[in-house]
Amino acid sequence: MSNGSEKTIEVVKRGLGRRYRVEKRFRLYGVLAIGISLLFLALLFASIIARGHSAFRQTFVKLSVELAETEFDLNDLDRANYQGLIKKTLRGEFPQVKSRSDKKALYSLVSSGAAFKLHDLVTDNPSLIGQTVEMWVPADDDVDMYYKGYISREVPEGDRRLKDNQLVWLDKWQAEGKIEKRFNTIFFTAGDSREPELAGILSAFTGSMLTLVITLALSFPIGVAAAVYLEEFAPRNRWIDTVEVNINNLAAVPSIIFGLLGLAVFINFFGVPRSSPLVGGLVLTLMTLPIIIIASRASLQSVPPSIREAALGIGASKMQTVTHHVLPLALPGMLTGTIIGMGRALGETAPLLMIGMVAFIVDIPQGFTDPATALPVQIYLWADSPERAFVEKTSAAILVLLAFLIAMNLLAVILRNRFERRW
Amino acid sequence: MFKRSVLVTLAALIAAALAAGHASARDYISIVGSSTVYPFATVVAEQFGKTSNFKTPKIESTGSGGGLKLFCAGVGVSHPDITNSSRRIKKSEVEMCEKNGVREIVEVKVGYDGIVLANSKKSKTYALTTKEIFLALAKQVPDPKGGEKLVKNPYRTWKDIDPRLPEVKIEVLGPPPTSGTRDAFVELAMEGGAREFGWLAAMRKSDKNGFKRVAHTIREDGAFVEAGENDNLIVQKLEVNPDALGIFGFSFLDQNSDRIQGSLINGVPPTFEAIADGDYPISRPLYFYVKKAHVGVIPGIEEYLAEFTSPRAWGEDGYLADKGMIPMPEEEREKFAADAKKLNALQM
Repeated sequence: MSNGSEKTIEVVKRGLGRRYRVEKRFRLYGVLAIGISLLFLALLFASIIARGHSAFRQTFVKLSVELAETEFDLNDLDRANYQGLIKKTLRGEFPQVKSRSDKKALYSLVSSGAAFKLHDLVTDNPSLIGQTVEMWVPADDDVDMYYKGYISREVPEGDRRLKDNQLVWLDKWQAEGKIEKRFNTIFFTAGDSREPELAGILSAFTGSMLTLVITLALSFPIGVAAAVYLEEFAPRNRWIDTVEVNINNLAAVPSIIFGLLGLAVFINFFGVPRSSPLVGGLVLTLMTLPIIIIASRASLQSVPPSIREAALGIGASKMQTVTHHVLPLALPGMLTGTIIGMGRALGETAPLLMIGMVAFIVDIPQGFTDPATALPVQIYLWADSPERAFVEKTSAAILVLLAFLIAMNLLAVILRNRFERRW
Repeated sequence: MFKRSVLVTLAALIAAALAAGHASARDYISIVGSSTVYPFATVVAEQFGKTSNFKTPKIESTGSGGGLKLFCAGVGVSHPDITNSSRRIKKSEVEMCEKNGVREIVEVKVGYDGIVLANSKKSKTYALTTKEIFLALAKQVPDPKGGEKLVKNPYRTWKDIDPRLPEVKIEVLGPPPTSGTRDAFVELAMEGGAREFGWLAAMRKSDKNGFKRVAHTIREDGAFVEAGENDNLIVQKLEVNPDALGIFGFSFLDQNSDRIQGSLINGVPPTFEAIADGDYPISRPLYFYVKKAHVGVIPGIEEYLAEFTSPRAWGEDGYLADKGMIPMPEEEREKFAADAKKLNALQM
């Protein structure tokens, strides 16, 4: 007997070292896996931030524009030649520039947005006419790239976007303190532009927000209602089983399919305007509904049956049980699921391709039926632009999108931690 | 309370959707079409929006074929007014348009786009002929031993094709078959190269489809790498891999001339002037098409045409040339500007 038990212990002891090693190795694999994913995440963030951070600052040039009274018709300020005034100011800075090609090179140092800025300044405040105004105007994207170190002086002139004479003029300006890097407000207040120095994310951002409003307003109530019915009221039969299986399947359907469906049903059949946040929101609703339904059902399932039984036991109706007790307890979980669904909708581009939201939108959309695009689409369009300055804009837009996604997920976590009841 | 507000929102949204469905007026121009014309059309649209009292047109990048399909779907505010195209409209597309009631179409040719073969500045510039391009990239090539026979492409390095070329593995990064750049490259460079062989040129007359199969099929053994639609990506990959060549539009070479260099094709470098003169062999015309029935209904179409066809836009020193579009010769510009002004409909 004692011999036998000793034997068992020996067997166990002999194998013990190996078992510990196996466990250690297993833990090591786990730590390694997490380490690798963290490393990739850090790499991703580092590369995006390294490329994108420079876009938040922009090179500006100081110009002193003389607003001579003869240039303006006080009854029609829009008609004045603002481009001409900017050109005249530039010629005044460098009177030695005479030839046509040199003048063109000089004019190209400041952005074409300078004239629009001057126009806005004068029309907002006509009393400036007759004075000389000092204004900071955005520099051309090539100049901006030069000051950010993306264009090297070492490169032979023929291969450089900025020519030798342009660099001489820029050096003079810099020595006079007329060149400055400032915070890039244009990036947050302008719509899309083909001039990188004038391009901003506001139109895409507004489009994204309008789209999300529609998505949230439709998918949350419909999703919650469907989940409550399926979980609390629906009879258990084959028909309901089919519905459940289909909802689970829909959550895995590639999003482009929803875009095709949206094109066929909403645009071609119902005549909803193409490229509008309305149709975008409708399509994304279809996409997020299964996610919300599944999350809401899980949340309802986690409410213990004793709550329902207690409510029913003191005479509440089924309806009262659900609306007074079960739903409020399940709501935090439902909200978390909804926010995660919204996060997915915010990052989606594929279905928007089909419904015309991959578009060049300069004007900020004012309503649900105005043409609009979305933030991830803006990133895609900029990434495809030949101008080098769009590289940093692309990364900066990614940073903004990531910031929003992180904020939304954070909100979901906070909501869950504050309101979630553990049983 | 909560439920009621949800119901009210829902009802309001459905009402909004229905009302929008019946919205009749559209006060902005809707443009669809080629992703090659997109960077140029958007510049014009932006200028037009900023300098006029009209709203900025909406421009979708759908590809030439997709754009023409949308354009030809019908007349009315829910259909686009203008489509951009990096090739001429096909007869079948004009017929499709007619079937759907789109009868009068105004064709405007806007300029040219050069397609370049470029490599990193770290290596030497290549000087290639279209024949060599064909031999390097076709799936089946004429037997190097002679005779009118096709064999599987045997060439591994550029030197195998012609002894004056470097002994570097053939590796070309290019766009996928869905791209218009690929279509134009195959039609101009590959077909041009295939025609250098007498018996293939004869085959073109006798068996057009057979010839196209030879000239248009690109090899699939790794020498040609489909690098996706994003030309910036190809430029980046060229920098990392100095042995590779890349195929993309001229504006990307123009923007990155400090990092990459264009190869000479048939002895001509891909410069702005050479493409404009028509000396450079791989360039294609760019067009847009206007639905005449929409002129006067959608505000601003005529003014948009005027802006696009003005010298300050598409002229030799215009802002489109700054963006890398190759302008047409002056007579051609005058002709198309006059057509656009009078809204002369396209005759096939």
